[in-house]
Amino acid sequence: MSSLTEIRWHGRGGQGAKTAALLLADVAFSIGKHVQGFPEYGPERMGAPITAFNRISDTQIRVHSNIYDPDYVVVVDETLLHGVDVTNGLKKEGGILINTSLSKEEIRPLLRGYEGEIYTIDAHDVCMRTLGKYFPNTPMLAAIVKVSGVMDTDVFLKEMEASLKHKFAKKPEVLEGNMKALALALEEVR
Amino acid sequence: MAIKERMSGNEAVAYAMKQVNPDVMPAFPITPSTELPQFVANYIANGEMDTEFIPVESEHSAMSAAIGASAAGARTMTATSSAGLALMWEVIYVAASTRVPIAMAVVNRALTGPLNINCEHSDSMGARDSGWLQIYAENNQEVYDNFLQAYRIAEHKDVMLPIMICQDGFITSHAVENIELIEDEKVKPFVGEYNPEHYLLNPNEPMAVGAYAVSNYCMEAKKAHAEAMKNAKQVILDVAKEFQEISGREYGLFEAYRLDDADYAIVAIGSACGTAKDAIDALRAQGVKAGLLKVRVFRPFPAEEMVAALKNCKAIAIMDRCESYSSQGGPLGAELMAALYRGKATAEVINIVYGLSGRDIRVEDVEQIFEDLADIAEHGTDDTYWYLGLRE
Repeated sequence: MSSLTEIRWHGRGGQGAKTAALLLADVAFSIGKHVQGFPEYGPERMGAPITAFNRISDTQIRVHSNIYDPDYVVVVDETLLHGVDVTNGLKKEGGILINTSLSKEEIRPLLRGYEGEIYTIDAHDVCMRTLGKYFPNTPMLAAIVKVSGVMDTDVFLKEMEASLKHKFAKKPEVLEGNMKALALALEEVR
Repeated sequence: MAIKERMSGNEAVAYAMKQVNPDVMPAFPITPSTELPQFVANYIANGEMDTEFIPVESEHSAMSAAIGASAAGARTMTATSSAGLALMWEVIYVAASTRVPIAMAVVNRALTGPLNINCEHSDSMGARDSGWLQIYAENNQEVYDNFLQAYRIAEHKDVMLPIMICQDGFITSHAVENIELIEDEKVKPFVGEYNPEHYLLNPNEPMAVGAYAVSNYCMEAKKAHAEAMKNAKQVILDVAKEFQEISGREYGLFEAYRLDDADYAIVAIGSACGTAKDAIDALRAQGVKAGLLKVRVFRPFPAEEMVAALKNCKAIAIMDRCESYSSQGGPLGAELMAALYRGKATAEVINIVYGLSGRDIRVEDVEQIFEDLADIAEHGTDDTYWYLGLRE
């Protein structure tokens, strides 16, 4: 049981938090882990707050509930900090990863007394420098892999390249930008 | 060697559909089963399946076309959820009484209202008296395995009944998890070809299907249908045994998890059973004799077998992800309590309605139920039917 890592994603409809959770499940599977990646479905619409979940384990996963006491939380859209209790149940031994240009000191007061680690990344900046378009889930995926340590980051990049090559078989031109975004995110996460 | 993969429950069923490659699929999309016709259409477009896909204008038409195709002699499948199954209502009875072995993937979802797209068993439970076989799954692996076994059961000459292969909407249909797939070379000979004994397109045996039956014949037809349902029990077990040879995975009418010496048992259907297993392991580590009976086959209803498996329990909680407004509990509760009464069981039995419209059930919730059962075993209870996790 100690090998289990639980991650909760908070995003807004259309930002790809669900896709990121599914990609994380994919890539963790590729290194032999037992995985779960699933969204919580509500009245889905662009811009509405959504949650998605990952369990990553060395042993079979049987539980089918949502995640209430995550090891890590990923916040894909920092405006959610004002309306959603993103640190609810978050273990203080774990941490929260936030897409923001603010510093950790500026973020801390918004986290309702959360005492664990704060990690930040400016996914907008990473996207603009690599993709030229704002797809925050790509840098957030790389950043949570590094922060959570669920897998080695070199292995992660290698597996993602293989996976994206397959996924974008008909659009090879987008591969390079995505790979750059992932690599830059690994450097930029604080 | 099994193929290790990761996929959602819907992807898993679609993959099984591809491997079985039935002759005809009429379907109309509805959440959360929409992906099934979508994936199959992709497989067909890519040349990986040669199923005749019929895009119909409603679920009533989907089931009507399925009946026609199956009566004609074609191996036929469809998929639906919730309101889609409800719209098929008239014709699902026709399918069952016509004895056409259609396989239907049901991705369980609440019926309105309030309008909701999440998991509940009210759709397929509503069809429990229609005369279809029904098999439920805990996870993506089981629903894949069940679909591969579906036609072997449905098309068996002692059965000849349509079959619903059910899974929990979103909870398993849209969750990506590990799975072991079976190679085509093993699946194809296991499933085999469909060679119907009687079929409309046989020029040597002209026949009519769906004719009017006068009262002098109707009851006999229904009794024959009920006998076929009974026969299905043994066929399901025989098919499971053969399936184990190609998969290494064991299936029965239900799964008894740590039930042999259990004082307290939960009886449930679907994805909640995985959550219950985690709770049971935690309780067992503390010395609590907790166990689970996971219903796999709801039709035919394995009444005597379940009663025998539960005979040593002091208290039992029957879990329904469905309300039937009888003021007594849900459908599984009603049927199993009747069976326990006939089996002269002495255990205290309660019926808990849970998880309606996707309300989550957690390990802690299951642990609480076992705590309640221990108390009820000792002190009894007048309160035998309640809602889990109701907000007040």
